[in-house]
Amino acid sequence: MADRKKKFLQGNEACVEGALYAGCKFFAGYPITPSTEVAEGLSVRLPKIGGKFIQMEDEIGGIAAAIGGSLAGLKSMTATSGPGFSLKQECLGYACLAEIPLVIVNVMRGGPSTGYPTGPSQSDIMQAKWGTHGDHPAISVTPAYVQEILTETVRAFNLAERFRTPVVVLYDEIVGHMREPITIPAPGDLEIIDRMRPDCKPEDYLPYDDKYEVAPLAPFGAGYRFHVTGLNHKQDGFPTNDSKQIGANNERIMAKIENHKEEIWKNDELMLDDAEVAVFTIGSTARSARFAVLEARKAGIKAGLIRPLTIWPFPDKAVRELAKRVKAIIVPELNLGQMILEVERVSGATCEVVGVNRVDGEPITPMQILDAIKKYK
Amino acid sequence: MADAAKKLPNIVINEKFCKGCSICVDFCPTDVLEMKGTCVAVKNLEACTRCQLCDLRCPDFAIQVFG
Amino acid sequence: MSVPAEKKEKVSVPFDYNKYLRPNKLPHIWCPGCGHGIVLKAMLRAIDKTGFDKNDICVISGIGCSSRTPGYVDFNTMHTLHGRALSFATGVKFANPKLKVIVVTGDGDALAIGGNHFIHTCRRNIDLTVLVFTNATYGMTGGQYSPTTPMGSQATTSRYGSIEPPFDACEMAKASGASFVARGTAYHTLELEKTIHEAIMHKGTSVVDIIDACPTYFGRANKFKSATHMMEVIEKDNTVNVKQADKLPPEKLEGKFLRGVLHKIEKPEYCEQYESIVMEKAKAK
Ligand SMILES: Cc1ncc(C[n+]2csc(CCOP(=O)(O)OP(=O)(O)O)c2C)c(N)n1
Ligand code: SF4
Ligand code: SF4
Ligand code: SF4
Repeated sequence: MADRKKKFLQGNEACVEGALYAGCKFFAGYPITPSTEVAEGLSVRLPKIGGKFIQMEDEIGGIAAAIGGSLAGLKSMTATSGPGFSLKQECLGYACLAEIPLVIVNVMRGGPSTGYPTGPSQSDIMQAKWGTHGDHPAISVTPAYVQEILTETVRAFNLAERFRTPVVVLYDEIVGHMREPITIPAPGDLEIIDRMRPDCKPEDYLPYDDKYEVAPLAPFGAGYRFHVTGLNHKQDGFPTNDSKQIGANNERIMAKIENHKEEIWKNDELMLDDAEVAVFTIGSTARSARFAVLEARKAGIKAGLIRPLTIWPFPDKAVRELAKRVKAIIVPELNLGQMILEVERVSGATCEVVGVNRVDGEPITPMQILDAIKKYK
Repeated sequence: MADAAKKLPNIVINEKFCKGCSICVDFCPTDVLEMKGTCVAVKNLEACTRCQLCDLRCPDFAIQVFG
Repeated sequence: MSVPAEKKEKVSVPFDYNKYLRPNKLPHIWCPGCGHGIVLKAMLRAIDKTGFDKNDICVISGIGCSSRTPGYVDFNTMHTLHGRALSFATGVKFANPKLKVIVVTGDGDALAIGGNHFIHTCRRNIDLTVLVFTNATYGMTGGQYSPTTPMGSQATTSRYGSIEPPFDACEMAKASGASFVARGTAYHTLELEKTIHEAIMHKGTSVVDIIDACPTYFGRANKFKSATHMMEVIEKDNTVNVKQADKLPPEKLEGKFLRGVLHKIEKPEYCEQYESIVMEKAKAK
């Protein structure tokens, strides 16, 4: 029988388990509350399995080294929070354009600035999409339970490797520090995806070969000597000023995600089928929402919950369809209105869209959400 | 002892690469080279000692001395 | 090979740079007389001397004119972000310590925006070779003053003369813990080749501060007549080889930069420490 250990873990510790399960062999980062336990855990675990852990001099160094580690062929990761996530943005864009697989964990804390380091928040949702300059693809996963942090970290690695792109694991301080019993999956329980490697002759290798949506990536040192740059480049990786090639490449790196949204999207739904009012939310707020929906049902209100585990690309198809069926979508979030902008954009005027917001460092309570639901009795 | 049979070096200039900075001309110890417009040219091949300083200091991979 | 033919022999076999240059990438983007090309050639000759396989060599840079170097050379190459080359390189090296990693960086890239990475790379003594192309200006952005611009110099952001004291990259590297610190110039190109070779062969962080010229900006703004003039004044007359320095009276050394290997010690290297201490202890636990 497969060995599935039960453990009582904190969210950040589950993230460590997920990373190791996914095959992460390289971590570089810089300590910051409330994500530090990810680094601490990996500093103990990685060297045991021949993996590399390094504490860099700042968050920029952390993500840059992780990109280097990935290019040298190891599944790589960095983890941070708020201020550190801001520092990492330039490198995140580099990984998008240079198409280097990478996982970035951002355990969201109160902001802006140093803000409320130990307080929960969901105010980096837009930053996870638009934090780095320039048009770029973004994938971001949003677990809400400790077990899910493990599985979503695995999924983040899979998506990063599959699409040769950075993937952000986004969860708030509450889930990051919450302890819950979880099961460590046995080998083979979860799918593991490794990046495609070239099998062509080195002289034929094009690191950005557009005959693929996602071209195979050779590790440095394997005989394929190629060039990587953050400048707009041609299929061979060398910079170009040719507008046709610049446009084509920029469009391709967006399309490789856009064309596979169905594969990247993942929603958890609760009693949506006959719902007249739906709650759309993520992370710890989704835990309150679940409670609120169940309470509403008890009170005879047809409420339901949609909980995206992929916030970027935005689950527009699911929200659009939902908007046609319900009177209202309630969007609770620990910020002053970020996801709601997307929900409004997608639903148009087909239903009402109502925010429930909080930025005082306290979680959104089930009662707050229930009150919003009750208006649609 | 100017010997008529003396074998002369072959100074190869890549005119497409030469940017005309004149570093090779200025540092040639025996004044072999000269600028012709924006490109280097050989003025006095006999004087060349094959010291390779022109090649070593050319930033543009534009001059090499063979033979 | 690279050494000039001996006088008696009277045959000149020039170095075959094409062995290490990517086809059809020249002419490079650098301006006429830019020292970066001279340094690049010394680097290639030095790499040739090491005998390392091209597949095992990585050349990683930041952003700047000097940082365009990787695009021209036939190794595993990476042109990264302004100031961050050392962090990317640390990742590559640490992930695969078999690779020989050479970082090419400008004085602005290494010492201003990347200054903190520079300090900590040296402190770790990770086995990287760091070639700092010190042209006392920000070439790529049009000649603003840099951390090595001499006091009083003209730059597009110091029209009244720079009032910031410059940095000495070698002092900084040594103080930060690098186990090999050297200086060279583009003018002393054979000496530079030797120094870079020694730097690459050294185990640990090896820093070579390479004084070269930006005739387009630093040169013009500071009334130098030509690239040659800059090489003579800044690189030749204003530097002294360490070996000769002992014999010179102090007044002859004043304000001059020392060339050659300035500091070389044996010291534990980061990747080896990780493997022999961290990994061993982790496995035993
Ligand atoms: C984050 C960031 N800030 C600023 C720049 C603009 N920039 C590009 S190169 C450069 C300076 C380069 O100077 P140096 O490193 O000395 O190299 P050089 O061009 O002189 O060889 C600057 C400021 C940038 N690319 N990225
Ligand atoms: S080899 Fe020496 S002597 Fe001959 S042209 Fe070049 S610099 Fe002058
Ligand atoms: S040094 Fe090179 S680029 Fe400059 S003039 Fe001579 S050949 Fe031309
Ligand atoms: S601007 Fe200066 S540093 Fe840049 S290529 Fe021209 S001469 Fe060289």
